[in-house]
Amino acid sequence: MSEADQKQRDDRDGFRRLHPLTPFIRGWKIFAAAVAIALQQAYGDIGTGWLLSAIGASIPIGIAYGWLSWRNTHYRVGDDDLRLETGVLRKRSRRVRLDRLQAVDVVRPLVARALGLAELRLEVAGGGSSEAPLAYLSEDAAQRLRAELLARAAGLHHATPEAPEAVLLEVPLGRLVEATLRSVALIGMLVSLVFLIVVTVVTGEWSLLGFAVPFGLAVVPISVGTVVRHFGFTVAESPDGLRIRHGLLETRSQTVPPGRVQAVRVVEPWLWRSQGWCRVEVDVAGYVGEGQAAASVLCPVAPRAEALALLARVLPGVDVDAVPLTGVPASAFWLDPIGWRSLGVGADDRVLVTRTGRFTRVTDVVLHEKLQSVRLRQGLVQRRLGLASVHLDTTPGPVNASAAHRPAAEARAMVDAEVERARVSRSLARPDRWMSPPTGPATPTVTR
Amino acid sequence: MSEPFDPPGEPWVRVSPKLATLRRLLNIGAGAVLLVGLTVLAAMASTWAAVAVAVLGVAALGWGWVIVGRSVRSWGYAERAEDLLVTRGVLNRQLVVVPYGRMQFVDVTAGPLDRRFGLATVQLHTAAAASDAQIPGLVPAEAARLRDRLAARGEAGAAGV
Repeated sequence: MSEADQKQRDDRDGFRRLHPLTPFIRGWKIFAAAVAIALQQAYGDIGTGWLLSAIGASIPIGIAYGWLSWRNTHYRVGDDDLRLETGVLRKRSRRVRLDRLQAVDVVRPLVARALGLAELRLEVAGGGSSEAPLAYLSEDAAQRLRAELLARAAGLHHATPEAPEAVLLEVPLGRLVEATLRSVALIGMLVSLVFLIVVTVVTGEWSLLGFAVPFGLAVVPISVGTVVRHFGFTVAESPDGLRIRHGLLETRSQTVPPGRVQAVRVVEPWLWRSQGWCRVEVDVAGYVGEGQAAASVLCPVAPRAEALALLARVLPGVDVDAVPLTGVPASAFWLDPIGWRSLGVGADDRVLVTRTGRFTRVTDVVLHEKLQSVRLRQGLVQRRLGLASVHLDTTPGPVNASAAHRPAAEARAMVDAEVERARVSRSLARPDRWMSPPTGPATPTVTR
Repeated sequence: MSEPFDPPGEPWVRVSPKLATLRRLLNIGAGAVLLVGLTVLAAMASTWAAVAVAVLGVAALGWGWVIVGRSVRSWGYAERAEDLLVTRGVLNRQLVVVPYGRMQFVDVTAGPLDRRFGLATVQLHTAAAASDAQIPGLVPAEAARLRDRLAARGEAGAAGV
């Protein structure tokens, strides 16, 4: 740690401040909002001069607000917690337990990148999106703080140097673009567009082309956004956990410590099947609310074999394809005429795997030790057919594992067996502080 | 052959039949207002329509009476060594198993009408939103006992998320 840094650290009981340029970025956001509102109002009868002065006024107001909020934000990293004090009028002091850390993300929006700044987000289970955002720090400081937080969370000395990493997976741009183009929504849009143009030409009703606008508005930005967001997608492994980096304009580098992945979903869209590609999403307890979908992607597109190899690193000892799946009886046809043949479920001593989807095949993998609850459900028709469904509840996220339309007796046996497997796995689970030695079975960890 | 919704060894602990009384009163209260309104409307058309509406309405209320009884009788729970089981439902049946160690917190709630009838609801929360394990129609003393017991067992078996 440099001398200047030490000095900054020492003022006010070890509390540190965010980067002094923070107010300008915050101010820029208010300015952008003002411009956006002004542009909307521009169609009204408000004069241009008035508009410009309003936009002009928003700049000092934004900066003043940003400065006040910067002045009143302090953070301190303790042995086992992070304290964050914020608020101009309403003061808030928050304590985040580091052993409960679910993920640490460093996010660099475009403007912050230009200034060499980054936002550090600590994700803990429960609560809304990102409970303790540190925006903004210098890139250096963010990097160092991340390493320090992870070291402390792991139960190591805080000055432990940043752990080395090994790259597990990189997604080439070409594959990313092709995968995005191979989407039913996008192709459907193009077909509809061609259809609209043909109808327009045939009928001579040019006003019909107006319908093309909403199509384009809906699909094109989503597709472009997907490519931009997942640009340069890299997954690496280190003793800190998984490191995921991606983004063209706004870059994001996520660190998910070991044992924080609750469940995994492997999605194979219909149009990717010929290439053998799949997408991998994970449930991480810290990723909730807005931005969950973006943060939960472990791999946007990869050949299935590569994706499964990645999974074997993320969940050591888990081999998804080695788990034998059993299908459902033909009577399930009456409840799911299209997809019933694709339904399957199986378990080994680490995970329970379910498969659904005739066209887009979805494989959900739930770790026994992470299971929150099990539900057995049977509707009226199911009872007539002698079937029942089992739902496996995990923390909020993309994974929603359920074994639909199993023979009723088997379903109940599955519930009982899964509860037992979960109990055994929980008692063998590794401690929250993943570098500290395990204390034997039935570790009495503290409740949240 | 054993049924899929059989209790786990020991029999289900059922909820208070007073819950059925409460729900029936609520049903009849709301149903009667609606029925009177509809009958008056029908009477404007013809007397026979009014009679038909009244008969159908009373039949529906009677059916509701039976359904509520069955629905309340379908609720049951069982405390095992490591987890709590809750079952419910007549047409759509459900069985939830929540390990004590997965419980984040337990709520006991009782609205004004519940209190009049001496009833309370215990709701279990886990880190998964879908878990949805609640037990309505408990006598307050039993609700409090269950809450404390769940909390104690949860603490003993708790693990991180």
